[in-house]
Amino acid sequence: MASTITQVEKLVGKRIRRREDPRLITGTATYVDDIQMPGMHYAAIVRSPHAAARIRSIDTKAAAETPSVAAIYTGKDTAKVGPVPCGGSLPGLRVPHHYILATDRVYFVGHPVAVVVATDKYLARDAAEKIEIDWDVLPAVADPEKAIAAGAPPVHPEWPDNVAFNYHQEGGDVDKAFAEADVVVKQRITSQRLIPSAMETRGVVAEWRAADRQLNLYTSTQVPHLVRTLVAGMLGLEENRMRVITPEVGGGFGSKLNIYAEEALMGFVAMQIGKPVKWIESRRENFLCTIQGRGHVDYFELAAKKDGTILGIKLKLIQDLGAYHQLLTPVIPTLSVLMMPGLYRTQNVRADIVGAFTNCVPTDAYRGAGRPEATHGIERMVDILSDELKIDPAEIRLKNFVHKEEFPFPTATGLMYDSGNYAAPLEKALATVDYQKLRAEQTEARKQGKLMGIGICTYGEICGIGPSPATPAGGWESATVKIEPSGKVTILTGICHHGQGEETTFAQIAADELGVDIDDILVLRGDTAIVQYGIGTFGSRGTAIGGTALYFALQELRTKVKKFGAMLLESDDVSFANGQVTCNKTGKSKSLAEIAGASYRALKLPPNTEPGLNSTHFWEPPNFTFGFGAHLVVTDIDTDTGQVKVRRYVAVDDCGNILNPLIVDGQVHGGVAQGLGQALWEEAVYDDNGQLLTGEFMDYAMPRAHMMPWIESDHTITPSPVNPLGVKGVGEAGTIGCSPAVVNSVVDALSHFGVRHIDMPLTPEKVWKLVAGGKN
Amino acid sequence: MLRPAPFVFRVKFDIFKAGMKINLTINGKKYSDDVEPRLLLIHYLRDVVGLTGSHVGCETSLCGACTIELDGKAVKSCSMFAVQADGANLTTIEGLAQDGKLHGMQEAFWNQHGAQCGFCTPGMIMASKQILDRNANPTDAEIRHGIEGNLCRCTGYQHIVNAVRAAAAAAAGK
Repeated sequence: MASTITQVEKLVGKRIRRREDPRLITGTATYVDDIQMPGMHYAAIVRSPHAAARIRSIDTKAAAETPSVAAIYTGKDTAKVGPVPCGGSLPGLRVPHHYILATDRVYFVGHPVAVVVATDKYLARDAAEKIEIDWDVLPAVADPEKAIAAGAPPVHPEWPDNVAFNYHQEGGDVDKAFAEADVVVKQRITSQRLIPSAMETRGVVAEWRAADRQLNLYTSTQVPHLVRTLVAGMLGLEENRMRVITPEVGGGFGSKLNIYAEEALMGFVAMQIGKPVKWIESRRENFLCTIQGRGHVDYFELAAKKDGTILGIKLKLIQDLGAYHQLLTPVIPTLSVLMMPGLYRTQNVRADIVGAFTNCVPTDAYRGAGRPEATHGIERMVDILSDELKIDPAEIRLKNFVHKEEFPFPTATGLMYDSGNYAAPLEKALATVDYQKLRAEQTEARKQGKLMGIGICTYGEICGIGPSPATPAGGWESATVKIEPSGKVTILTGICHHGQGEETTFAQIAADELGVDIDDILVLRGDTAIVQYGIGTFGSRGTAIGGTALYFALQELRTKVKKFGAMLLESDDVSFANGQVTCNKTGKSKSLAEIAGASYRALKLPPNTEPGLNSTHFWEPPNFTFGFGAHLVVTDIDTDTGQVKVRRYVAVDDCGNILNPLIVDGQVHGGVAQGLGQALWEEAVYDDNGQLLTGEFMDYAMPRAHMMPWIESDHTITPSPVNPLGVKGVGEAGTIGCSPAVVNSVVDALSHFGVRHIDMPLTPEKVWKLVAGGKN
Repeated sequence: MLRPAPFVFRVKFDIFKAGMKINLTINGKKYSDDVEPRLLLIHYLRDVVGLTGSHVGCETSLCGACTIELDGKAVKSCSMFAVQADGANLTTIEGLAQDGKLHGMQEAFWNQHGAQCGFCTPGMIMASKQILDRNANPTDAEIRHGIEGNLCRCTGYQHIVNAVRAAAAAAAGK
């Protein structure tokens, strides 16, 4: 597999600045809202102010009379458009028909009811306000546990128990494990609903060219090809007549890994009015109508021996689904089940999921998607066990880790952990902070009435999602590499990066393999008309799968170049460096441009070789990859205010081989910020009527610069055997490792008050009450 | 019924059928336009002038993606009307680079990986520039305070802090 260039310095592994940045730092990148077209119309969507209500009537007369209004559509007009698709399937899953505009009933605040289309965007909003709807308001339920309790108002009248599915998974002999246990610890642990809050809201521009039967849809998405396949289906349009273009995407974090009603709605509107139409989601709409994350209530039980050996885990998981299934809504909690044993050897696990409908916007994938919830659960439970048995939390983890000699390691949940050395990052983190000294300092601090905590989380992450049998839409990825006649290199990738830096890391890979200057390489993505089919960017898969597809496409291309080498340089034993292809035997060389030129000019071709120099590879991964790491957090708590201050944040992550350390650090920092947001500040709070109380940045406490601690980021490197690059993935690692470490740290600070668990977010009010209670 | 944005749209459009004339300078160029009195400055810049580098992230002045410089001060252009900028001298992200050479803060954001998805970046760079305009040698706490009004969901801010540090050092010739 190794490249033949050895004498030239490799770009892979180097800390180089990103090639996508010049357009971002100069304000010249094109996001959806930056697209203008002649005759552009603007859409404003009228949404439900109620979480549950019947629509008695809709009066659009005054709105229609507003200047510049071209059209108004309601649910009656769009009822024939196919439903918003659910890609996940589980046995017995109840799937409500998800119309793109409500027909006779609404199920959550923000549910789209009508769309106004005007030539002026301000007037479109003015007109939207003039639509009068006569509502019959119904009782709603916003809490998943209340929703599945007897007597709750039904979200969907056809299923009065509000249960969308029950799911059971079991491995080993759980009953035996619990019967043989010296100790069983139990805890109810929640992972609150979060609002993904990409800085760019969603947005769609649709353009219908009637004469060509061609729909061009510009949308801010992580999965352009899936949008094309599924939205074309919703609209009854032949898939090859639809082109999805994803310009710059201003953040996704899973919230744009979806098919949204508005994408089909704008396609519908454009086809109706024959003019381009733009819809840009307002921030308020983003809070109300874009999918949210987490929403777990977990009942954990952990069985162990006196020496701290974990024997088994039980989990009853209640997932707040919201009112509908978006693309992956029901399968997200099944990822939690897969990951629930964490890094530990126990072979006995049992999980039962209840999927609960509520009158809230659907939950779906948000950074980590099921794995942060699972990690939070197991890592909290291990700390509770450590408190119960008075064994140090670091020691109890080291005792239970899968040993480095045991890989590949089959888990009780059916996974095969690829490679690992789980003790290494923990030991590195402990050494970084001088753990024993810190513990001594903590003892001293307590004597003086100060509250200081040390929290550890050791996490595993399912990266490189994923083998096709394990994913709803196929889990492979594609890449095409073209050497143009001039020798310049163009890469087309099926992933759809939006900040993860693959325009740089993929160019690094290609520069090494082809021996060309990185400035001669262009990486393109996000246009279904120029990129062969792809799956997209999510689940820490871009490099592990998209990068590997690229690697194999490059190998195929090298083989073809070698054939030309054999013809032009008298041998196919050639090396690629400095833009030259050099014969290792004769020392003769031709530039890649000369070889490319010969291949396209095609006056003479090697035997059995087609003209041109390009290759396409679709790579199906044989397994997931499994990143891991240890995060260690030192907190100080203000006893007067309950404020948690993070004094030190040490993250030691193992994401396999590192292609660009600068980018990996950025991914870790951002992930930690989202994990810390969940641990300390963020929560989507709904009242009993299903009204979102945290519906603006004023109320939803997303971390700002002054709230973030300095993150000390470090790594261990355990290459993955799953792909030839040895990479695993790091997009979600920071988020997964963070929240348990922070909560463990705060609980540790309060443990001498008898505190064993606090549910997130750890607001000053919650912490202060425990401090005040503890002091008494 | 839900209002898509809670503030300016209560005003009846009919009152303002007549546009108002504004004259202003943007990135060194003079502009003169008739605008609706309720037109937000950010929409004037993006939709009328065609400078789409400043972004709309929240329309409520909470995210800072629309930050520009108005008469030497960083302001959030989503929370001003275009008519309020009459006579002003504006600099947007597009006006920072001079003669094809990046501004020191842009260069620092590039070198330090201060941008990921890039959506907050123009506003973040404008706010960061203001920090150094006021204080050539800020502490980390002062840097963090200076960009407190600008939200970023990607970076965790650490590389942005590094960028401002680096820009300060470069400006001081270190």
